[in-house]
Amino acid sequence: MTEAYQRVQAARQKGRPTAMYYLTQIFTDFLEMHGDRRFADDPAIVGGIARLAGKPVTVIGIEKGVDTQEKIARNFGSAHPEGYRKALRLMKQAEKFGRPVVCLIDTSGAYCGIGAEERGQGLAIAENLMAMMGLRVPVISLVIGEGGSGGALALGVADRVWMLENAVYSVISPEGAASIVWKDAAKAAEASEALKLTASDLYGFGVVERVFSEEDGDFAALCEKLREALTTEFTMLSALPTEELVQLRYDKFRRIGGDER
Amino acid sequence: MLSRKLFKKPKNRLEGEADSTVMQAEERRVACPECKALVPHATLQAQAYVCPRCGALHAMSARERILWLVDEGSFHELDSNLTPIDRLGFPSYAGKLSKAQEESGEQEGVLTGTATIQGHPFALFSMNPAFIMGSMGAIVGEKITRLFEYAAENRLPVVGYAVSGGARIQEGIFSLMQMAKTSGAVLRHSEAGLLYVVVLTHPTTGGVVASFAMEADVILAEPKALIGFAGPRVIEQTMRQKLPQGFQRAEFLMAKGFVDRIVPRNAQKHELAQLLALHQRGAMA
Repeated sequence: MTEAYQRVQAARQKGRPTAMYYLTQIFTDFLEMHGDRRFADDPAIVGGIARLAGKPVTVIGIEKGVDTQEKIARNFGSAHPEGYRKALRLMKQAEKFGRPVVCLIDTSGAYCGIGAEERGQGLAIAENLMAMMGLRVPVISLVIGEGGSGGALALGVADRVWMLENAVYSVISPEGAASIVWKDAAKAAEASEALKLTASDLYGFGVVERVFSEEDGDFAALCEKLREALTTEFTMLSALPTEELVQLRYDKFRRIGGDER
Repeated sequence: MLSRKLFKKPKNRLEGEADSTVMQAEERRVACPECKALVPHATLQAQAYVCPRCGALHAMSARERILWLVDEGSFHELDSNLTPIDRLGFPSYAGKLSKAQEESGEQEGVLTGTATIQGHPFALFSMNPAFIMGSMGAIVGEKITRLFEYAAENRLPVVGYAVSGGARIQEGIFSLMQMAKTSGAVLRHSEAGLLYVVVLTHPTTGGVVASFAMEADVILAEPKALIGFAGPRVIEQTMRQKLPQGFQRAEFLMAKGFVDRIVPRNAQKHELAQLLALHQRGAMA
């Protein structure tokens, strides 16, 4: 058992709060908006308009579900293209009305299935990445549990990317990496270590700007802190001229994995 | 991630077989993956790696693809000095990298630069199927990003040949973030009103499909190329069912509305020249 793998297990722990918990604790007056207006409503992604300390914001979260029935209905938080398209629609709506966007990330990855492929899973993610790069309102993404690959990044191109202490964020699941690199999915613990997927690793790499303590499991206290932090940060980001906001977002991702030798 | 079998190592001189057979390059024969015919390597090379017997497309290395495609002597490589970095100190990655470099004769999995086709100037990228399964390391993303920035600055269209198994596991989060970085660069190039044409070749999957490969104005594909977000094996495991015939092939993607045109290899130069001409500044005047 490695420390990294303990974090992976904590991020997946049964009973760990999911997106709807943060949504209702941090924000008020949440009005859920359904559907991508193209094909369907994907229950793996929830989104809508709410208030943050009184001010309107758009909130989008990947929801894994709490009990078994809900988990199945929400496809365990693995979104189809419709989910990403709904998210994009809501982000564009936020841009039109000048309200900031909060994204809550918790997914083992975008769904890998026949329907998802037939309806352009790759394209749906690609379109979100491109649109978020150019979005003219502030965006903060918070990884609350699992940040699984492209399916997480599709809501993660933000001015600030924050993580909870036990959240993880990775290019591939440790099991996937182990089975590809070592041909042995049982080596997930080693793979977790090698992938450097913990919040503190990613903070060290400059991929995330802030890591929040989980207050020894007092998630209500954590939500208080998050509300405060989001409010302060949006006040600051909203004061930036739009061109500068978009430029700074580009620069931030532009620096990652460059040639700094 | 894909089955390794999809990435047959191209048996050609530039890719440099590491084995020490005494056979001369011009005498070497390559077994066609489709019809199993043994074709002299020189014949394949002269015919853009199309099997003379059954028409199957063999893999091409990034550099061969460029030399075959562009006007003779017109390719000027950019950022050839950039080499991959083992940022995570991932187990056995350093060795894997040097092996890939040795076998391919290239520093990384993508070549970028400028060239002309029938006199039309453009910026181009060409990915290498044999370089760790064409995966997107951070320097692959960096080179592609720099190319789009260069093209935006110099008002050049971009033509890209994509082939990839997706993200490069051994570079972890740095690989994943290239999806965002390249998408940002494509967006800026696009906002400058410039053309981007991609040619999806066999196979193009994973993080590359979920970023710059699907963000082009015109999406072309080679016949029968496998194109998808998830690899077929992963989908079979998730769905616990066999996939239908032709699933995720170029023809399937065109039928579903995600690919503009399927272009046989021997028609690509002409079509790309046509597209470049149609989007030349002043073409509408």
